[in-house]
Order: sequence, then C-alpha cells, then structure tokens
Amino acid sequence: MTVNRTGTPLVELRDISISFGGIKAVDHVSVDLYPGEVVGLLGHNGAGKSTLIKCLSGAYKADSGQVRINGQEVEINNPRDARDLNIETIYQTLALADNLDAASNLFLGREIKRRGIVDDAKMEAETRKIMGRLNPNFRKFNVPVSALSGGQRQSVAIARAVYFNARILIMDEPTAALGPHETQMVAELIQELKAQGLGIFLIEHDIHNVMKLCDRASVMKNGQLVGTVNVNEVTDDDILGMIILGKKPAHLAA
Amino acid sequence: MSQSGLAPQEVASRRSIIDTLELDVRLLGMLMAFAAVALVFTIWTGGTFVGPRNVFNIAVQTVPVAIMACGMVFVIVARHIDLSVGSMLAMSSAIMAMSQATWLPNLFGTEFGNPVVLGITILIGFAAGTGMGAITGWLVGYQRIPSFIVTLGGLFVWRNVNWFTTNGQSVSLTDPNLLMFGGTEGVLGATASWIFGLVASAFAVWGIFASRRNKQSHGFTVKPLWAEGVMAGLIVGAILFFVGWLSRYPIPEAKLKRLFEAKGEVMPEGYTAMHGVPISALILITVAVAMTVVARKTTFGRYIFAAGGNPDAAELSGINTRALTVKVFALMGMLSALAALIAQARLQSHGNDIGMLEELRVIAAAVIGGTALAGGVGTIYGAVLGALIMQSLQSGMAMVGVDTPFQNIVVGLVLILAVWVDILYRKRLGLSK
Repeated sequence: MTVNRTGTPLVELRDISISFGGIKAVDHVSVDLYPGEVVGLLGHNGAGKSTLIKCLSGAYKADSGQVRINGQEVEINNPRDARDLNIETIYQTLALADNLDAASNLFLGREIKRRGIVDDAKMEAETRKIMGRLNPNFRKFNVPVSALSGGQRQSVAIARAVYFNARILIMDEPTAALGPHETQMVAELIQELKAQGLGIFLIEHDIHNVMKLCDRASVMKNGQLVGTVNVNEVTDDDILGMIILGKKPAHLAA
Repeated sequence: MSQSGLAPQEVASRRSIIDTLELDVRLLGMLMAFAAVALVFTIWTGGTFVGPRNVFNIAVQTVPVAIMACGMVFVIVARHIDLSVGSMLAMSSAIMAMSQATWLPNLFGTEFGNPVVLGITILIGFAAGTGMGAITGWLVGYQRIPSFIVTLGGLFVWRNVNWFTTNGQSVSLTDPNLLMFGGTEGVLGATASWIFGLVASAFAVWGIFASRRNKQSHGFTVKPLWAEGVMAGLIVGAILFFVGWLSRYPIPEAKLKRLFEAKGEVMPEGYTAMHGVPISALILITVAVAMTVVARKTTFGRYIFAAGGNPDAAELSGINTRALTVKVFALMGMLSALAALIAQARLQSHGNDIGMLEELRVIAAAVIGGTALAGGVGTIYGAVLGALIMQSLQSGMAMVGVDTPFQNIVVGLVLILAVWVDILYRKRLGLSK
C-alpha cells in the first residue's frame, strides 16, 4: 500500500529544538506525517527520539520550532492540549496508575460521568467492549493493573490511545515488553489503524519491525536528524548505517 | 493466563465466603481488632466499657481526630504528608475564639452569644483553615517544596501565630449555640436519634441495591441476593445498635433541671431524657460519607488516587496535578477548622495547647486504617476506624487505671503492629502493595 503524500501533512514538526541544562536534546529537527502513514523514529538511546515526540504529546514544550496539524500552526503546552487535538500517546513506561483498575486507567482524565458522579459500571462496560476487540483473553477488569502481566498492561495502554478516536498516534516502543504472539497482535493493530487513516509515529529499536511496519523512517543521532528515507527504497543495512554512522546511504545522498 | 500468586485449593475455599460477600479483607481485620479491644476491656471493666455512657464518650472524643484523619487519607494517598494539622487546628480555633468573643461583638456592638456572630465566626474559621491549607498546597504543588518540609515549618508557624492571636491567653467560650457542637451539650435526643438511624439505614439499603441495579443494567455478574441481604443486614444492624445504645444514656437529672430553669419552666416530676446521638458524631458521619463519595465517585477523588499511584501517569493523562495538590491541602485545612470548632466547643474554651500533637494521632489513625505512606492506597472508613481503635484503647486503659505514659506507649506499639501485620498479610497473599 502506498501513502498519498500530495496533500497537507497531518503533522509537521518544523525546526524543533529543546535543550536541558545546556545539552541540546533535540537540535533543529523537522519531520512530518501523512494520514494513513507510519513513520518510524530510530536512533540510539539518547538520540532524542522520545524527547522530540514528547514535544508533540505535550509532555515537554519545545524551546523553538513549529508544530502544525493539518497545516494549522498549533500550540501544545500540556498533555490536555495534545488530547484536544486528537493526539494520543502510548508511552514506553505505559503511564498507568498501578493502583487503579483497567477501566479507571483507560478513562483517566476523561471519565464518563452521570449526574456529576463517575459512572464506573458504564466505563467498565466500555472497557470490556474495546478489550474484547484488542485482547479477547483479557479478563482482569476488577483488579489494579499492578496485578497484570506486561502484555496485559500494554493492551490497557493501547486501548486507552485507541478508544478516543485518535487521528495521530504516538507509540514509544510498543512491543518492547511483549512476547511474539502479542507483538504480532500489535502489528496487526497498527495495520488496521493505518487503514483507517490514522497517522502513526512509531519509536522502535527492532529494525525487523521497522522494515515490516513503517512507510518511512526518520533516523536521529545526537539530537540531530540524520535523514528520512522511504523504507521500501532501502535495506536494513542502510538504516543501521544511518543509526550508527549518522550518514545517509550513498545511493540516496543526492 | 497467570492467576496471580494465590495458593490453589485451601486458600480458595477459605476465601470463598469473603469473596462472595465481596468483603474488604483489610476492613474485616480492622473490625476484628476493634472487636477484640472492645471485648478485652469489657471483661476487664466488668461491662462498663460498652456501657452507653462510655460508648458516648468514646464517640465524642474520637470526632476531631477522625475528621482530620479523613482529610489526611487524601493527603497521604496523593503521596504527601501534613504535619501541620494540629497547628492549623489551633490557629483556626484561635481565630474563631477571638472573633466570637472579641472581634465581632466589638465590631457589631452585639452581645456575646448572638447566633449571627457564631455563624460569621464559623465562616471566618473555615476560610482561615482552607486558606492555610491552600498556602501549603501552593508551596508543595507549584513551588515543589517537599510537603514534609512545608508542613513541618507550618507546624511551628501556625502554632505560634496562634499564640500571638490570643496574646497567649485562653479564651473562655460559653455560647450555648457553640457548645452544641461539642458533644455532651449537643445531642439529638432519643426520638430524633431513632429517626436518624432509620433514615440512615434506608439510605444504606437503597445505596446497595442501586449499585446492584446499575451493574446488572450493564450485564455484569453481581453477588447473590442473599449476600447483598447479609451485607445490608449487618450495616443496618450496626447503625441501629449505635443509635439504640446511645439513646439509653440518660441526661443527669440535675442538668435537666437546669435546662428547664433556663427556659423559665419547672421540670415535671419524673421527667427523663436521653442523650442519643451527639451532633458532633453526626458531623463526623456526614464528613466520612461525603469524603467516601468524593474518593470513589468523583473525578477529584479518582485523580488523587491516580496521582498517588503514578504522578507521571496522572500528569500525562492531562490531570492538573499542581492544582490538585492545592485542593487536597485546602480540604485538609478546612477539615482542621471543622475539628477546631468541635474541639473548642467540647473544651468550652480555646487554650494555647489545643490540638497539640494531634497531627501524630491523625497520621496514626490514617495509617492504622490501612493508608499506605507510599501513596495510592487508603480508605476513609479505615481512617475513621483507626481513630476509633486508638481512642477505644486509650479510653479502656484509662478506665482500668493504666497511667497516661503507658497508654501512649501502647498506642505507639499498636501503630507499628498494625502496619507490620498488614505487610505480613500482603506478603502471604503475594500482593505487591
């Protein structure tokens, strides 16, 4: 499936910079994302991928640069702003409140209320519905998520991002804690969401997954963008070269 | 799918009845500890301990600590601590004492005892308490100073601003409208107590079945009807026992005579009246129920627990955790002011040492009641029960003639024991937190 990149990009991050205590974590980086596209963000630990993406999810605020959604410049000051723009994030740490159950986590910050009070039964029913689709084996609805396995916790985090009709999805190593079967489930989900026209930023270390899931890959090193390539025009060795050497492969470097 | 760390057969069958009733095992443990304390002292005192008079006294004495413990649960669940509640109580009390005895009467030229003065006084006191708490919350939430430091400072500051407010003098408070909040002087009487008991029972039963209906409407499995019936029966039984018992505690004849004389009447021969539920206990019950509803059924409560379980997750979920911190501490301050009102009414004066060391009792009550200092876990009813257990222990020991220093030693040991037992129990069940 090819992605139509003729229209306005869903997301444009332009010239984003952010530093912490004199260290430039992200240094004038620009990436974009089109509807129905998966863009992989690659690089060593500390290359600045997570930091860049946190400027989009509202966890950080960029020192300089622009964020455009559908061509409109927007200001994202906190996670609420990002959510209002239909940007959903699955964090590497999952960002779950361990002492609450699946439904409370799924609706955290966006509770369903009835006459001013939280409607737990309704939220549990909705959680059962979406989990039935994402992870049919999921049964533990009434225990704190601390009692769940890594894969189950991951599916709660994914359900939270998917439930609220995201248009832009940020996934920070969504398969890092998963077994082969669950990894396959996430891969299928990404394909399905892509087909629905969502744009997905995928931070991923596994080159194999990148080649399989992504349309384009943007590689970062030491806070700077090495380059963005179409995945079907390069080999895994080309991408590894970009990650390690910080240079675009010769045949694309034109 | 792995089924957590429970040992298979025997544990399963032993737990089945508890599971069917969906009882909180921790609550059950606390109730049993409470029952054990009551039983030991009842035998030791030859029955006086559970007599209506002593039950009444314990209820009245527990109220200020229990009210503040409700607020402390929220503070601790949100991963903070408030060491300044005793000093905030004293400060609110000083402001209320001065405003009703001196400031407002001078300002309006009214006489002492005017109900309008008391009404405004209460508003001022609550505003002061809420304000002090909000300052703490702002320093903790927005300025990121650890709550331990801010409230340790607050402990010194408010205790001594209190001293300056009254120039170090005690203020005598005898307004009958105020004393109503104190306990002995403010009771519902037998009839009103029974009405309250029946209304409360009806409300509890309605609550249980409304929640059942809501679950059924979404097609969830609910516990069997008999189990709901047993729970409802236990709750109603406890309410009516409490009400009935207090309604058997007569008001002394001499005091009744005085009351009639105050109204310019003569007491009829053979007239008797019962105490019934003290108004201060009624306030505590209202606070505890309201705080439980806030904890479980509002987004405010949900966010406090989320922020305590994982502050980063709460922040990333779009919760304004800074404002949340201010609200939590402001609520704590307001409850300290309420406790101050009840404490000064009970003592019929404001003294400099009012509420001294109460912060430690309040924290102890919350912790005995199962609130985890690591945050994220705690219940209101647990904290109230914790306060009740501590007060019962002290009251019982006082009755059998244990010296005060030794009473405090026992309370300290019970605090450690309660947390220890909880840790052992959780380890055995393989629960992490």
